[in-house]
Parts: sequence; C-alpha cells; structure tokens
Amino acid sequence: MTADAEDLRARTRALLAAHPPAATAPADFLRARFDAGLAWVHYPEGLGGLGAPRTLQTAVDAELEAAGAPDNDPRRIGIGLGMAAPTILAHGTEEQKARFLRPLWLGEEVWCQLFSEPGAGSDLAALGTRAVLDEEAGEWVVDGQKVWTSSAHTARWAILLARTDPDLPKHQGITYFLCDMHAPGVEVRPLRQITGEAEFNEVFLTGVRIPDTHRLGAVGQGWAVARTTLMNERVSIGGMRIPREGGMIAPVAAAWRERPELRTHALHQRLLELWVESEVARLTGERLRQQLAAGRPGPEGSGMKLTFARLNQEISGLELELLGEEGLLYGDWTMSRPETVDFTGRDAGYRYLRAKGNSIEGGTSEILLNIVAERVLGLPPEPRDDKDTAWKDLSR
Amino acid sequence: MTTQPAPAAPSAPYDLLYSQTEEELRAAVRALLTDRCAPAGVLARAETGRPHDPELWRTLAAGIGAAGLLVPEKLGGAGATHREAAVVLEELGRSVAPVPYLTSCVLATEILLAVACDNADAAALVAEAASGGLVCVPALPLTLAPGAPLPAPVHDGGGGVLSGTVTSVADAVAADVLLVQADTGLYAVPADRAALTPRVPLDLTRPLADVTLDGAAATRLADPASARAAVAGALLSGAGLLASEQLGLAEWCLTETVAYVRERHQFNRPVGSFQALKHRLARLWLDVASARAAARAAADALATGAPDAPLTVAVAQAYCSGVAVRAAEECVQLHGGIGMTWEHPAHLYLKRAKADSLALGTAGHHRGLVADFAELPAP
Ligand SMILES: Cc1cc2nc3c(=O)[nH]c(=O)nc-3n(C[C@H](O)[C@H](O)[C@H](O)COP(=O)(O)OP(=O)(O)OC[C@H]3O[C@@H](n4cnc5c(N)ncnc54)[C@H](O)[C@@H]3O)c2cc1C
Repeated sequence: MTADAEDLRARTRALLAAHPPAATAPADFLRARFDAGLAWVHYPEGLGGLGAPRTLQTAVDAELEAAGAPDNDPRRIGIGLGMAAPTILAHGTEEQKARFLRPLWLGEEVWCQLFSEPGAGSDLAALGTRAVLDEEAGEWVVDGQKVWTSSAHTARWAILLARTDPDLPKHQGITYFLCDMHAPGVEVRPLRQITGEAEFNEVFLTGVRIPDTHRLGAVGQGWAVARTTLMNERVSIGGMRIPREGGMIAPVAAAWRERPELRTHALHQRLLELWVESEVARLTGERLRQQLAAGRPGPEGSGMKLTFARLNQEISGLELELLGEEGLLYGDWTMSRPETVDFTGRDAGYRYLRAKGNSIEGGTSEILLNIVAERVLGLPPEPRDDKDTAWKDLSR
Repeated sequence: MTTQPAPAAPSAPYDLLYSQTEEELRAAVRALLTDRCAPAGVLARAETGRPHDPELWRTLAAGIGAAGLLVPEKLGGAGATHREAAVVLEELGRSVAPVPYLTSCVLATEILLAVACDNADAAALVAEAASGGLVCVPALPLTLAPGAPLPAPVHDGGGGVLSGTVTSVADAVAADVLLVQADTGLYAVPADRAALTPRVPLDLTRPLADVTLDGAAATRLADPASARAAVAGALLSGAGLLASEQLGLAEWCLTETVAYVRERHQFNRPVGSFQALKHRLARLWLDVASARAAARAAADALATGAPDAPLTVAVAQAYCSGVAVRAAEECVQLHGGIGMTWEHPAHLYLKRAKADSLALGTAGHHRGLVADFAELPAP
C-alpha cells in the first residue's frame, strides 16, 4: 500500500485526535506516532512508516509541529536517524529491523558511529580494528581503537566497521557490525575539543564479543554497507528545510539590525555577500528536494555539505568581527560532555570554533571535492597503488 | 535559536525545476544554435563588426516562436512566461549567440506590454515584435540598473519631436524601432530617424551604439509616470532573466573546460587528474549548480508576479554575475595558452560574461538592493 498526501493528512489528524499533544505525555505521543506510521513515512509499514514518498514527511512534520506535538530531538539522536537507520533498513535482517528501528526513532536508544581510527580517517577503508569469529560461540571478538566518536558517551548502540580478513585488499576484508556500547571491553574516554568540551571520544575495544546476529550484511561486505551509511551522512545536512535567513546567518543579521553602532562599510559588504550566498544555498537545497520529489535526484546533494561548511565558517567568523570587544570573549571553557550539538543557541565564539568541524566531520571538504570531481564531473582519479594490495602489506 | 520571521519572507516555494514544455523548447533552441551558431561562425561575424545574424534571428524569433514568449496570445504572442524566456536565454548564453533577444524580446517587450492596454500603437508594436518581424530596442544604456535613475533623459521639444543622446545602447544597430524615455513620456522612434554612433564593444557579440536624436519625430506611447513604471518593470525582468543567460554561459565554460582537461595530457597523465584542477572545477560546478537555483527562482518569481520578486531578482543578479565571470576566467586559465588565443572561443565567453556583469546593474548594485529589501541597512 502506498499512502498519498490526502491519506497522510487524514492519518495525522486521526493521530492528533486520539492523542491530543497537550494531554499526552511526550514519550507516549511519540510511540503512538511511530505505530501510526507517521515517524518516517517512507519506511515500511510496521517500522514507523507507510511506504509513502519521502517528500511527504515535510507536510506531516509541519502539521504535527503546528499542533504542538513533541519532536524526537533529532539533534540528540542524529547519528541514529541519519546514518544507522537507513543502513539497517537497507541491509538488516527482519529481526534487526524490528529490534532496532523503533527505540532508535524514539530516542530511547542513542547511536554512535565507530568508523574512524587513529590510522584511518579520510582513508577509512584502511581501518585495522580486528574482528575474529569464535565459531563455537557464534560470536565475533573485536579488538582495536576508534577515535572522534561523537556521542559515544551517551550511546547505547554503535555502527562498527572491523577487519575480518587482513589478507584481502583493504576494501574487501571489512565487515559491518551493530555493537552494544554496554558490552564488556568497550571503554569510552572523553576527547576534549577545540570548543573546550568533549563532544567526541576515544573508544577502546578489548575482546568485545558481538553475536553473529548483530552482523549487518555479509561477512567481508562491510564496505558496501558502509557506503550506504556515508551517503546518508552527507545528504542528511542538505535535506534540512530552512526558512529564508535561517541557520547561521540569522544571529548575525539580527545583531546587524539591533545594534547599529557595530556597523561598518566593510562588514556590510561581507554581510550582504554572505546573506546572498545563504539565500542561494537555501534555494539550491529546495531545488534538490523538488528534484527528489519528481523522482529525478540531481547530483547537487554531494555539494551541499561543502557549501554549508564554507558558509558556516565564513559567517561565524564575520560575526565575531562584528561583535567587536564582545567577540574577544568566550562563553565557558569548562570541560563538559554535552548530549546535543546546539549550533545556533550558543554564543558566537562557540559557533566560530564548532563550525571548523563542519569541513572535517563526515568527510573533509577536500575528500568531497574529489568525489564531486570524479563522480559528477568524470575527471580521472588520482593514480593509486593501494587497491590491489593485501591490507596487511600496506604501509602505515 | 532565535527564530524571528525573516524579512521579506518568501511567498511560496518557487518551482525551481524545468517543465516538459520547457525542455522541449530548450531542445529546439539548442538544435538550432548547434546548427547555425557555432563559435567559429560567431567569431567570423563579430570580426566584420556586424555580429547579428538576421537568418538565425528569423528562425529563432519566428520559426521557433521565441520572440513572442512573453506576449499574451491576444496580442499575437505565445502567452508563455518568464520561465520559458529564461530557458531560451540559457541556450543563448551557452552559445554567446549574437541576437537581440534580451533587448527586443525581454526589455522592449516588457515596456510595451506595460503600456499596451492604454495605447493602441504600443499594442501594435508589441504584436509585430512578437512575430519576429520587427526588432524593437529600448534606447537605454545597457548598464542601467533596476532602482537607478535614468541619466540625462531625452528632451521633448514639443509635439513629440525628440532631442538628446543616449549612450551605450545595446543592439541599437539591429533595431527597426527605438523606445525612448523622454521627459514627457515614452516614445517610439523609427530607427532611421536616429543617428547611431557605433562604439567598439568589449563584448563582440552584443554591439553598442550611442543614439542621438536631433529633432526626431516620435510617436508617444505613455505619460511620464507610466513610462517610468514600465521601464522599471522591464529592468527588473531584464535583470532577472539575464541571470539565466549568465547561467547558460557559465555552464558552457564548465562543460568545455572539463572536457578539455580530460583530454589534455602533461606529465604523462591527463591534467584533469591533478587535484589542484579537480578541486577548482568541483567548486565551479557547485557554483553553477547554485546559480541554476538562483536563476530559476528569479524566473519563477517573475512568472508568478511574486511579491518578493525584486529581492529574488537582486539575489540572482548578485550571485550569477560573479559565477559567470569566474567560469569564463577559469575556462581561459585551464585551457592554458590556447585559452589566450583569438581562435579559441573562450574569449567570446569571457567578454560576454564580463559585459553581462556590468549590464542591468553590477553585483554590488544588486547587493545594495538586497540590503534594502532584507532590511540590512548600510552604516
Ligand atoms: C566534530 C567531529 C565529529 C566526528 N564524529 C565522528 C564520529 O562520530 N564517528 C566517526 O567515525 N568519525 C567521526 N569524526 C571523524 C571524521 O570523519 C574524520 O576526522 C575525517 O574523516 C577526517 O579524517 P582524519 O581526521 O583522520 O584526517 P586525515 O584523513 O588525516 O586528513 C588530514 C588532512 O588531509 C586531507 N586529506 C586526506 N586525504 C586526502 C586526499 N586524498 N586528498 C586531499 N586531501 C586529503 C584532509 O582533507 C585533511 O585536511 C568526527 C570528526 C569531527 C571533526
């Protein structure tokens, strides 16, 4: 069955009638919403969706928001929603889907991503965390170290890449797992970052046992599964709908209007340039959504993250200059371990520093430019010699 | 986050895609231009000092019916919108086609349409222009921007006998009729009653001339207030649609450059495999993709008469001018020595892109308009 816009509106109204937000506990409302198939309408029935076109979600969200319904705080559970869920949906067994998707969407179980390692960042396929099958127990035994793991300190589950065959070339011997962050042998150590707080962590895995039923996809096929995750990671930012003058430009424009004493001609020119570029980025995102809705996805998605990273950095840099003396100050350097990443609710200094991560996390801008050049423009790849060499024979 | 309502909030999401009809129109225009407007031919004509190709114009304007897109059917046009005209301009930009489309079918047509309901002469002129049988060009400096005052208007010596000079009028040499904004209103002047002084243009494909009227008898089309409003509206449409010409131009430069660096070998590999070039081209691609969204938004805003059309047009011009120039500059640079030659068409694109960035308001002028519309005042 596929639901259309009309049908979804009726279901949304029915949900609101049966569970008036004002009189319903937020958690109960979210559960009812999931069970009504209105969580992510493009997911299958029984898994929080109705098999409807993905673009219809926007209308459902808007109607629920207008009615004062609680949201499931996608900022807190971003990795789960943006990366783990689509990967589990695409590659998981029926048992895995039934077990993991509901608590993930509800935010009852936070997810993190155990991909990067000290020796494997941009070159993710070079990762060396080992997983060895204990055939008798039907369990994998995992040893290694991960790094830059956002939310590892709040996560209940992790998507994990580990090497199961070091004799094969690096893209081939990798397997994808769902790892219990509470399992013995998982140790999470905060990694303090540029902002002063520890949003990400180091994760040490020592003899961690993962049942074979928590393997996602076939043994040795982990890279193909990971590509689903990485693709979703990169488009998830472009998928957000923002209003005109939304996002990072909003606080700067507000400060400009409210505090005429801060204005200079040089800053005015830069502000206008960035305002125009933000508006064009908004329109480009909108055009991308319209293409998706029309069933003609364009390649623009690969570029949106690059645009937002650059704009966020330039705008937040401008904001500090605009604020003058105030720009010399910083909110709070106390080491903390935040549960969410709140971009716009914080002071300008935090925004400036945190935005530096936008061109590193989820693939650096350099790597994304390579991808655009090679996959969109068809330019020749760099000459390379690591593709046919066994992982164990690569230089590290 | 501080979510206060943004200034000049957009009315409804613009339709930023191309319709089936628009794609068909594009295919027809592109086929014609591929056939009859190859770069070598454009260059050869430009060298004669008479870049316009009347044959090409006839087929485009009348054969394909592009001239009348903006004109309602009851006035002899196709009753289409700015969206379709924008697609034509994308294709014309892609081939730096030397035809008076922007001047006659957009600027002059918009001026005439604005006054046609009150004036039978204007209605007759626009119908003739829509059929492609007549080239009508506004006697305005190409650099005149929406929101800017008209410099030194032409003077009416009494009874519609006009005197004065307007400089840098684009396509005047191809005009049958000139539209003149004088202190007493809007006038139509047969081109042969004006003295044209052709100038040497930076952009070889869009000729410029100074137009001098020395007691030229003219037909009055509108009073001063209507004339001002009509010209202001036309400049807005012209600026909005120029973004599509700039988009098409930028796209050609990108495609052509990508093709070249894939083929050209140095250091025993295609130069396009060097990351320094790959990254520059990837960034350019991103800019062109963004320019497309901006140009489409402007075309749709004009087509639907959206209240925030002036802002959307200013955004498109502030953005697309720079992208077109950069695309043409990258095209020259990444072609190396051959990009500096007269025989390679890259220079035609660079010259058009740079001239376009001055036409109908610079990016800086349009950013100033954005400042007004978005309530971000100067210090
Ligand atoms: C805030 C933040 C949160 C993160 N969260 C997570 C997380 O939750 N889970 C997780 O697994 N990872 C996470 N990461 C890690 C992130 O994915 C990596 O940092 C990123 O992929 C880059 O890897 P690296 O840090 O090892 O840098 P390197 O790969 O060592 O790169 C160093 C520099 O070299 C450049 N470079 C590398 N290769 C090339 C090339 N081929 N061509 C040109 N330039 C190149 C890079 O662009 C960079 O500038 C996070 C990172 C940040 C900053």
